[in-house]
Amino acid sequence: MPPFRTLGAAATLVLGLGGSAAAQTLVISNWDGYMAPDAVATFTAQTGIPAELVLHATNEEIMGKLIASGGRGYDVVFVSSPFAEILNTLGLAEPLDHAKIPNLANLYPEARALEHDPGNVFSVPYAWGTTGLCYRADLVPEAPDSWADLLSPDEALRGRTTMLATDRWLLAAGLLARGWSVNETDPDKLAQVRDDLIAAKRTLLAYDDTTFYAKLVSGEAALVQAWDGWCNYAIAESDAVRYVIPKEGSDLWVDTMVILKQSANKEAAHAFVNWMLDADNHRWAAENILYKVPNAPAMAALDAELIEAFPNMGITPAELLSYEQLRDVGEAQRAYSRTVTEIMAAQ
Amino acid sequence: MRDRGSAFLMAPALAWLAGLMVVPCALVLALAFFRRGLYGGIDWTFTLENLALVFDPLYGGILLNSARIAGLVALIAAVAGYAAAFAIVSRPRHWQPVLLFLAVLPFWSNYLIRTYAWIVLLNREGLIVQAARWLGRDGALPQMLYTEGAVIAGLVYAYLPFVILACYAPLSRLPRDLAEASRDLGGSGFTTFRRITLPLTLPGLAVGAVFVFVLSVGNFVTPALLGGGQFQMVGTLVYAQFLTAGDWPFGAALAMVLMAVMMLLLVAQTWVAERGTGGRRDA
Repeated sequence: MPPFRTLGAAATLVLGLGGSAAAQTLVISNWDGYMAPDAVATFTAQTGIPAELVLHATNEEIMGKLIASGGRGYDVVFVSSPFAEILNTLGLAEPLDHAKIPNLANLYPEARALEHDPGNVFSVPYAWGTTGLCYRADLVPEAPDSWADLLSPDEALRGRTTMLATDRWLLAAGLLARGWSVNETDPDKLAQVRDDLIAAKRTLLAYDDTTFYAKLVSGEAALVQAWDGWCNYAIAESDAVRYVIPKEGSDLWVDTMVILKQSANKEAAHAFVNWMLDADNHRWAAENILYKVPNAPAMAALDAELIEAFPNMGITPAELLSYEQLRDVGEAQRAYSRTVTEIMAAQ
Repeated sequence: MRDRGSAFLMAPALAWLAGLMVVPCALVLALAFFRRGLYGGIDWTFTLENLALVFDPLYGGILLNSARIAGLVALIAAVAGYAAAFAIVSRPRHWQPVLLFLAVLPFWSNYLIRTYAWIVLLNREGLIVQAARWLGRDGALPQMLYTEGAVIAGLVYAYLPFVILACYAPLSRLPRDLAEASRDLGGSGFTTFRRITLPLTLPGLAVGAVFVFVLSVGNFVTPALLGGGQFQMVGTLVYAQFLTAGDWPFGAALAMVLMAVMMLLLVAQTWVAERGTGGRRDA
């Protein structure tokens, strides 16, 4: 932004402080780069509602802020579905007024019946997808099709695989491999998975949540656990990269938009959620960050070539719904944290 | 009068430390005595569970392992840094500032960038592997990046200048005639070093080594980047409690124990320093 416009914005803010205008500035928190860079400005231009974007790096970061402030200071937050559930459990999420979000009609029927929030009572899905195996077809002895291919890799792949370090997804790989629920809380089963994952750790190159696709492109890694959307970044740079959902299945991850109960701008917050669900606005995420969005007209408008280039963009809502969603596990989250620490501390 | 003047001069620094360091630290550490709320908040019931949990074999083991790694880093940095400081002091006077400047030059760049440089150096297709290939070494080199060795190397590199600076000052102030006197009395080079130079400069070395240990034991960036997230150190663990596990009270308890260990070390180092200056007075 040129300096004079920043000055102008600051002046507007200062002048508005005395009146009610400042209170009407919508505060949205999202991950960096998860929506169009000009999304907020366009929203303001089209609706006249002043809005401000703040960034969070992780779900836990924004949750920490929301819990500490009792849900004050933000109007709309983007969080993954288990965290949306927690916001609802804690009474921090505003029940959605569907009359103010007519664009909900754009969502696939499947996206309106998600396990964590059937009927979109407190959350609206923004993006969804799977977690599977992303690999270099030219570097693996044979194409992987099972979580076992990652957990006990072929001799040639020892030291050339990575796994996600985020607790829920790391454990999901072990749970799915044994055919268990990704929300399993039985201590014996968690102990079993811990041992499996400690054995797998000895074959890993690294744990990596953020640069695994770069390791794949450089050839440092040959097979990595990855979210489908992130695998697309590797596919974009290398013809040899493929994505596969292991035969034992995947989790279904869903990132959502939630309006806070403490919001002083609920009208505007609903208007923003509605604006985001507009087919053209929502399509941006699919086209630019290569994540599937649960918006039927937005997905229908995608270029066929895009889906050909990034086959996982074509996974159907019906197939997505065949996988289990990560759910809030309540008290068992402590056992999850401890299990992950045990894996990380093992040599 | 002079006391009042110096109190006045120290006031801004003390206020800064008290208001912006001691108070926030105390607030965070106080959390250690309360229960964790189910979803990451604080349940204001007094408990000692968090502190007890620090000594659970799992977390206690991580603490000991961090101490082992930080100890190795401090030892290597102490030997290498002392040697470097010794070498710098034995150069002509006008060269010394230049050499010191070169030693601290890496501090001018960002810590993350310096750590990433090691990734470029050590990875499977990195500079070291390529250089080895160019020199005619066939076959794969052992994995270097994402190992404990990489973490140690990265930490030594990052904190070595502290030791050099801490040792340079006492070494350069050491009167030359002491060594000459020792030699005149028949002491060999090694005896002179062992009985004169080293004891008189030990306080500096202790400052440097303790600094390196304290900075290494709580570091979480280097284990994450050069260890590939596979080496759990106490810094990483504290970071995880606050930023991912949402267990602030346990994170605070870990931090409290870590700080207690650091304080003890600083006290021990001060004691070594006192003894050192006492020795000089006797000499």
